[in-house]
Amino acid sequence: MKKELTYMDSVHRDGRIWSLSIMALMLLYPLALCLMFGAAPDGKGLLMGLIATAPMYWAVGVVETFTYIPMLGAGGSYLSFVTGNISNLKLPCALGAMEQMGVKANSEEGEIVSTIAIAVSSIVTTVIIILGVILIVPLTPVLNAPVLAPAFAQILPALFGGLGVVFVSRNYKIAIAPVALMMILFIAVPALNEGTVGIMVPVGVILTLIEARVMYKKGLL
Amino acid sequence: MEFSVNHPLIFLLSGILVAAVLVQSVWFLVKALRRAKAIGMDSTKIKKLIVSAATFTVAPAVAIVISVMTLSKDLGVALPWMRLSVVGSLSYETIAASNAVNAMGGSFGSGVALTASQFITVVLVMTISIMVGIWLVPLVAKKMQKGMISMEKRDKKWSEIFTSAMFIGMISAFVGYVFCNVSTVFKADFSGIIPVLVMAVSAVVMLAAGLLSKKTGWRFINEYALPISLLSGMAAAIPITAWLS
Repeated sequence: MKKELTYMDSVHRDGRIWSLSIMALMLLYPLALCLMFGAAPDGKGLLMGLIATAPMYWAVGVVETFTYIPMLGAGGSYLSFVTGNISNLKLPCALGAMEQMGVKANSEEGEIVSTIAIAVSSIVTTVIIILGVILIVPLTPVLNAPVLAPAFAQILPALFGGLGVVFVSRNYKIAIAPVALMMILFIAVPALNEGTVGIMVPVGVILTLIEARVMYKKGLL
Repeated sequence: MEFSVNHPLIFLLSGILVAAVLVQSVWFLVKALRRAKAIGMDSTKIKKLIVSAATFTVAPAVAIVISVMTLSKDLGVALPWMRLSVVGSLSYETIAASNAVNAMGGSFGSGVALTASQFITVVLVMTISIMVGIWLVPLVAKKMQKGMISMEKRDKKWSEIFTSAMFIGMISAFVGYVFCNVSTVFKADFSGIIPVLVMAVSAVVMLAAGLLSKKTGWRFINEYALPISLLSGMAAAIPITAWLS
């Protein structure tokens, strides 16, 4: 008799099929361009471009994968690693949703809530980008208006102010040291900025896990 | 066929990929909603969650549209549309495109039209360099989740602390980033504290929303507290920037 799949097993099965299918489509995109326009990539440009870009982003990609999967859950991970904008949109959206619903990230309810929030966020983002592309001519002067520029330049601080106050106040014993350390590091090291904050996320996560483990073992949590 | 960065066929190819991503999202949404119903989760709460997640997404999504507009000056509209709908980000695409164009002896952002060969090279560099997550997640996600479940079985309290610590670690990096330019105040340039003040406004609005919800019993305030704090912080950025720049 055929073994019935659990919900989680079916999420992994569907996630694998979707991820590999979209990866294939992404690779077919440049191939289709070659066939349509009868052109080939510039060999030297491709090699040098990849050498300059790929090693860093592959390393970051590997670290991000291991960092974000436990936070996003299975369904959320399969979706987020395809649609992108994880730390600045999908993960905060999932965190806010779990907070709103009062569910734990490592429960089945948490998995479902995270998946729903990330799926809705992905659909809304995709639809808004489609609308933006259709209306690009009339929208460009509006969205690029100098008066709105500061608002869009400060999305991350505006996002992590609200999110941070909830999680830091609820876990202040764990939060004080990593938050203080990261503030000092970002102030003292000029190389740390918007471009490198993604690299500091795994560093923050690992340091906080070590600190939490020590505190837990000493009975401080 | 004569090449142009805005050729209709490039829009068609981009549209196919974007449609696939959209269908994937709908697929997982329906699957999760069915499971929520099956295990008896409150459908009214789920509906509110959907509205709240959608509201929260609008402002960051509009920022992504602005990124499409920025990249479209050199790459046309179709490619940035696809790239920013599938994995990409403005900073990554700009770096990848610059590295590829520079390697071919050009200069990205100079306004010189790309040839078909250069465009395809840029697409390949962007695609290959960002793919790690897409193939690695299917390889490791199941094993990692089994590890999390087994940790929870061994020690439930530590498992909860572990998850909270991960969230705090991620948030601490972004809070640190908000302070990255504050040292400019020592050079009489106060623009570095703009992000700090914006974050403070957002945090205060979040706290006020929580208090108001508790005092009045109006739960809808809590449901929209995160999008409200995000939009308040963004709105406050306009006068704060005008004041301190």
